[in-house]
Amino acid sequence: MSALLRVSELVKTFGQGEAATRVLRGLSLTLAAGEMAALLGPSGSGKSTLLTILGTLMKPTSGSHVMLGVDLVAADDAALTEFRNRHIGFVFQFHNLLPDFTALENVVFPTAVREGRETAAARARGRDLLTRMGLGDRIDFPSSSLSGGQKQRVAVARALMNRPELVLADEPTGNLDRASAMQVMALIAEITRDEGTTFLISTHDEKIASLCRRQIVVGDGLVTG
Amino acid sequence: MFYALKIAMRYLTASKAQTALLVSGVAVGVFIFIFMSALIGGLAEFILSRTVGDISHVTIKAEDRDPAILIVPEGHILAVTERGRLRTATLTEAPTWVPLIESVPGVIAVSPQITGAGFLTRGAQVAQVSVTGLEPGRESAILNLDGYMVEGSARLGSGSVVLGRRLAGDLSLSLGQTLRLQSAGGVSTVLTLSGIFETGNGMIDGSSVFVALPTARTLFALPQGVTRIEIKLADLNAADATALRIRALTGLDAVPWTDGAGQLMEALNAQAQTGYFLKSFALITIVIGVASALLLSTYRRRPEIGIMRAMGAGRGFVVFVFVAQGALIGLMGGLTGAALGYLALLPFPARGDFRPGTLPMDITQGSYGLAITLTVIGAILASILPARAAARVDPVTAIGQ
Ligand SMILES: Nc1ncnc2c1ncn2[C@@H]1O[C@H](COP(=O)(O)OP(=O)(O)O)[C@@H](O)[C@H]1O
Ligand SMILES: [Mg+2]
Repeated sequence: MSALLRVSELVKTFGQGEAATRVLRGLSLTLAAGEMAALLGPSGSGKSTLLTILGTLMKPTSGSHVMLGVDLVAADDAALTEFRNRHIGFVFQFHNLLPDFTALENVVFPTAVREGRETAAARARGRDLLTRMGLGDRIDFPSSSLSGGQKQRVAVARALMNRPELVLADEPTGNLDRASAMQVMALIAEITRDEGTTFLISTHDEKIASLCRRQIVVGDGLVTG
Repeated sequence: MFYALKIAMRYLTASKAQTALLVSGVAVGVFIFIFMSALIGGLAEFILSRTVGDISHVTIKAEDRDPAILIVPEGHILAVTERGRLRTATLTEAPTWVPLIESVPGVIAVSPQITGAGFLTRGAQVAQVSVTGLEPGRESAILNLDGYMVEGSARLGSGSVVLGRRLAGDLSLSLGQTLRLQSAGGVSTVLTLSGIFETGNGMIDGSSVFVALPTARTLFALPQGVTRIEIKLADLNAADATALRIRALTGLDAVPWTDGAGQLMEALNAQAQTGYFLKSFALITIVIGVASALLLSTYRRRPEIGIMRAMGAGRGFVVFVFVAQGALIGLMGGLTGAALGYLALLPFPARGDFRPGTLPMDITQGSYGLAITLTVIGAILASILPARAAARVDPVTAIGQ
């Protein structure tokens, strides 16, 4: 498999002087196209920090970050916004959906924001994704009226909307009961298989992690396994 | 940017009560703005029509020749005027100038006049009067004599005189009676009282008499020309410019009404300044209200802004979403306020019918377009600060992992 992204010698320090915390201490990692990988580690080990950097929402203090041949450390905010829109999808643990919009409106957002309006083609893909997520009967529901598991499935659909090469999910099942969590993970596995999308899913739940082909363990600011 | 507009609208409709309150607040500001515009404009209109509506807007007077001056050895100055040749500074070319002046844009009436002092005698009673000779057919060109008549008619013929009710009362005159009018130069003539007017102005009602121009010609021994040309304009405020034009055209000393009205103009100016002041405050209130409401909304929507940024919305997109909210609030508040202002002004009498004792609100001077435009601009300016704050939201901390 060809490498989708590579980070090496990543260092991330928060704060300055005596208050400085070094969260990443020279972490290196390569992800191949079409991988479904779990990011494991205890709370506070730096999983979210790593995902945030991989998602171009934050820059590392030092180190290199290359994805699809683009040097993302050197890129400016506008270029990163554009890159993120086309190539990266996100699923967060909390605060995932825009509450004043319907499920479908949330799903088509990444395409609409790029095209300047909600096209019929975008709506069709949004409906299709929601149906695949088992939400065919919730398409025009206000997102605030959905259950936790339904919200996370809408978020997965939205992350896939622009057919990104990489989807980063930060404890997507952390808020869900076991059954909902398993349902979300099964859907992610299915899409990875069907569309060749790379998933990196952080979790501290071994059971969830075991559903992924690869397990990456972080500890002490480094990849330990 | 159509999509950003959709999101802005959704945000406004999502919190309906808050938006309605905000729009009402803006509408109140706009309402005050419009009310002030109509009041200040109407007040100026009212004051002007009361003070200068009935007078000449541009006046051309014959210049009195300076009396001959003798300097005597002791250093005194003697001014010498010869009796009988006292007056008669005249505008001899008047007949040629009148049509010329009439052709000046903005001029609605021209009245050539012969004026002078005289004595009115009825039996043993005598009153000192100021005599104005008006061209028959143009009696009401400047002072609306026709509109002020209480008895008889304003129409002046040879041998007829029209005077005020107070003077008629002083001399116990009634319509159709004859009386004798003598000029300061000593010429006298017998006239029939053909009309009595009441303007409400004590000076005019008590001591002015109007005769036909030919009668005045005889009385003041002026075989040709006139002593004064009074000009009425469509627009009071154009007097200065029009006077200059007439001066350039005829070479005559045309004087606008504003020349002697410095105090009135100052008062009107001060009034207008007060209006600007109050209107500015109304606008500032709108700007502060919109800015603080949007700033709160920015804060409340931080996680959503973070999500939008993570999904690939640029800073410009976020700025547009919030500026569009400001513009929409300004537009809705502006339109609502303007409509309410218009409705509130409807019951007031129209500008021609202002009466003392009521507020002279002029519905045509509400500055509706200006109020709406300034409000939208103000609301957009007010939203820039919150919009920039929104665009600076860090997605990482906003999403709060
Ligand atoms: N913005 C920040 N400022 C300061 N410290 C931070 C910040 N973000 C994360 N940290 C610290 O970095 C460490 C790793 O956090 P995080 O990446 O969220 O770990 P995980 O997701 O594995 O629980 C924690 O000790 C946390 O307190
Ligand atoms: Mg975390």
